[in-house]
Amino acid sequence: MRAKRIKGIKFGLLSSKEIRKMSASRIITPDTYGEDGFPIERGLVNQHIGVIDPGLRCKTCGGRMGECPGHFGHIDLEAPVIHVGYAKLIHRILTATCRKCSRVVLGEEDRKRFLEEIKRQKERQADVGEVVKQVFREAAKSSVCMYCSEPQNLIKYDKPTTYIEIDEGGKERRLMPTDVRERLERIPDEDVFLFGMDPENARPEWMVLTVLPVPPVTARPSITLESGQRSEDDLTHKLVDIIRINQRFMENRDAGAPQLIIEDLWELLQYHVNTYFDNEIPGVPPARHRSGRPLKTISQRLKGKEGRFRGSLSGKRVNFSARTVISPDPDIEIDEVGVPEEVAKELTITVNVTERNLDVMRETLKRGKKHPGVNYVRRVDGRKIKVTESNYEALAEELDIGWRVERHIQDGDIVLFNRQPSLHRLSIMAHYVRVMPGRTFRLNPAVCPPYNADYDGDEMNLHVLQTEEARAEAKILMEVQRNIISPRFGRPIIGGIHDYITGVFLLTRGEKRFEKEKVLDILYKIDIEDLGEYGGTFESPVRSEVSGMGFEEVRLSRYWTGKQIFSMILPKQLNLQFRGKMCARCIERGEGCKKENCSREAYIVIKEGNLLCGVIDERAIGSFKGIIIDKIFRQYREEVAKVFINNVSRLAINYIKQTGFSFGISDEDLPREGKELIREEAVHEAEKKVDELIRAYEGGELETLPGRTLEETLELLIMQELAHARDDSGIIAERYLSIENPGVLMAKSGARGSMLNLTQMAACVGQQSVRGERIKRGYQGRTLPHFKPDDRSADAHGFVRSSFKDGLSPTEYFFHAIGGREALVDTAVRTSQSGYFQRRLINALQDLEVKYDGTVRETKGIVVQFKYGDDSVDPSKGEYGKVVDIDEVIREAIGVESRS
Amino acid sequence: MKKGKFSILEHELVPKHEILEEREAAALLDKYKLQKEQLPKIKKSDPVIKEIKAEVGDVVRITRRSRTAGKSLSYRLVIE
Repeated sequence: MRAKRIKGIKFGLLSSKEIRKMSASRIITPDTYGEDGFPIERGLVNQHIGVIDPGLRCKTCGGRMGECPGHFGHIDLEAPVIHVGYAKLIHRILTATCRKCSRVVLGEEDRKRFLEEIKRQKERQADVGEVVKQVFREAAKSSVCMYCSEPQNLIKYDKPTTYIEIDEGGKERRLMPTDVRERLERIPDEDVFLFGMDPENARPEWMVLTVLPVPPVTARPSITLESGQRSEDDLTHKLVDIIRINQRFMENRDAGAPQLIIEDLWELLQYHVNTYFDNEIPGVPPARHRSGRPLKTISQRLKGKEGRFRGSLSGKRVNFSARTVISPDPDIEIDEVGVPEEVAKELTITVNVTERNLDVMRETLKRGKKHPGVNYVRRVDGRKIKVTESNYEALAEELDIGWRVERHIQDGDIVLFNRQPSLHRLSIMAHYVRVMPGRTFRLNPAVCPPYNADYDGDEMNLHVLQTEEARAEAKILMEVQRNIISPRFGRPIIGGIHDYITGVFLLTRGEKRFEKEKVLDILYKIDIEDLGEYGGTFESPVRSEVSGMGFEEVRLSRYWTGKQIFSMILPKQLNLQFRGKMCARCIERGEGCKKENCSREAYIVIKEGNLLCGVIDERAIGSFKGIIIDKIFRQYREEVAKVFINNVSRLAINYIKQTGFSFGISDEDLPREGKELIREEAVHEAEKKVDELIRAYEGGELETLPGRTLEETLELLIMQELAHARDDSGIIAERYLSIENPGVLMAKSGARGSMLNLTQMAACVGQQSVRGERIKRGYQGRTLPHFKPDDRSADAHGFVRSSFKDGLSPTEYFFHAIGGREALVDTAVRTSQSGYFQRRLINALQDLEVKYDGTVRETKGIVVQFKYGDDSVDPSKGEYGKVVDIDEVIREAIGVESRS
Repeated sequence: MKKGKFSILEHELVPKHEILEEREAAALLDKYKLQKEQLPKIKKSDPVIKEIKAEVGDVVRITRRSRTAGKSLSYRLVIE
């Protein structure tokens, strides 16, 4: 068949005539296979409407299985039935049309106006829905037909497919599908337009079925069970039901059965046709399989996440992909991914054998199925041969130009790596393969932030690119180093996390001195040629080998400082000055920055690639902030930035591995005096003030805050006071926990956790809240039976004075559980809501494109924005929201160091 | 403008709308290689359009304050 071009798509209803025309066979028997095992003529699995058995030929088109696409058949229904999908529309049309002449009950003027309005909307390719709604509203108003003066009756719609007409006397009469069809048939073509329908393609009476199309067997294939028994598709089962009832209806009617029985059978036929279309109609018991499982009929096949649209057309399973758990490896580069050998032997790349790669491919093939080997070869004649233990040597001999070889992926191959949910473009990036032992994908922790990945069991997907074009595109657009700067906020999203930050923080803090051996131990994984100028010399005792006997000799050794070691991975011309995370905001407090003399080492100065002062922390190399990474990326582009992050990752991990770093329960200990201070000065003080507030309230002395009731005022003030208590205890705790405390070190350097976390562990957990208020639900007037009714004190409403380390009292524990649950529910609700919101946004925006003239347009070329973002700046390319940072350019030109 | 009410054009949240002259409109369409229908639309019933008395088929220039660019221009076609 020749490929054809789609000119347009027409939506409409199938008329009985059309259904018959496209039918290849009229189905009359509910049976499927005969005793001989062959499909029965005129049956539901009929050889005219498609073949699913190998070896048989289609009697309509002559195609074999796989060639014949299948053909529709039809069932002649003995009595018309309503199509459930249109039941509501039919009701609206019945209500809008005259019961006698079937014209739309609208005055000539209104009719003309609406017709024109619809025509205009159609010309504009706009939605006619609103106008049609108005038509139905207007037409339902009149109680007498203005064309034949027939009084109009109310028509009641009884779900799912029954219509009842009520006359003025209140007498009810059921409208049978035949009546409905008659009325719909009488509607003149011109009036059909008023319903937004086109009588050419969709006459209203076509919504009442007299003929039922039978989908081809290829759309409902039966499966053969192991026992040799055939099991039919759900749709076939449903069609069997329909044919059976159809036949019984005919027999009963021909035999002159009483009207009551006929009507019952009619109703049953309607039920079967309804459930054939949709088996989840509200108020209708679903048709079930013998096992009790509801049948999956047409609507169920299409609807929902696993339905045809979302499950089979928009998304499907793919080849050349792998999925497994991820685990960290700081020694691989950020643009690499460690692939288990098992996976590498399953994923392949097809290579065309040419003059130039013949020898290499032959070598690969000679390894057979061992790692960088081959799974399949395709000869010049197109035959595909599986490589096995027994034939690989022969195939290697035979291999020639023009063959195609499906070789294993190996080190250096480019692949796409992805973690769901894919919320932004950085959720899929290109990595280079590194085949490794083990069963997990290995990923450098610095690349976790863009994927939002961690290693608590996360799984990720890997896709092998199959064409040279795809590989080139991935390399240019999707490489990890190309995406260091986030398009969302224009700062690096890839950078140090957790131990990386702790590592460099420890290394660059103060004046740590390392002798040469130590330096080499730290740097051996990094490609550095020259250690450069040493920092100085110190005297170190050396046990003399010659004399032994415990005699010690003093030797002068050269040393390098931690800051010098860090400088070795900085590019040589880097100049930078900024305030780090340790900065205490002296400027904001009006004290002026001490810069180089900062006692916290919060002022970082880098001159010509040398870290002169300051300690490296989250703000310098962390993801989301990473001022040094940002600067290197802008000054030297992605390759240098990538090397820098690789080096930071090796340097930090290597150093922290050698010094060791741990956080234990004893690190949350406070000295006795500290604890007392917290109890006395922070907690007791606050509780006293709360009691005073309550007394003031009860004594009527409390002043109401504007816009609040007296109670609200009290609550607000108590909340403030108790929040104060926690902050104060945190400040006191901080006095006893120095930067040497690993918890504090992690919090202050930005590696993990916050001072609040530490306060809660060591000093005081603080007030628990539900919906931003103190906990007050429970019994009448009190939260728990442990308290007196109407007790407004801190303890009775969820103030936890203990720390996590000390442990919570039973009531405190209970309040904490209440607050904790709210947090859990909140996150669950938020993620689902924001996920849906994101989906809607993407659906709305996905076709917008920035054109070469700078405008943003949708598919028809309609302008959405005359200038992208009003300023045509891509946040990841510009300088912090501007096209150029003029101040910075000037500073650079006149040789003054950079911004803070 | 009804008596006793202020003109909405004076309100700080209402950006400046101006009707383009035939010549300007043509130049705009030429600059962006646009058909008239490809412009963003604004209804004739829009309060500002009523206020400046623009007709169907007119093109209005809207000058807004922009967080990113300071000032931004956009154009809309007046429709029914």
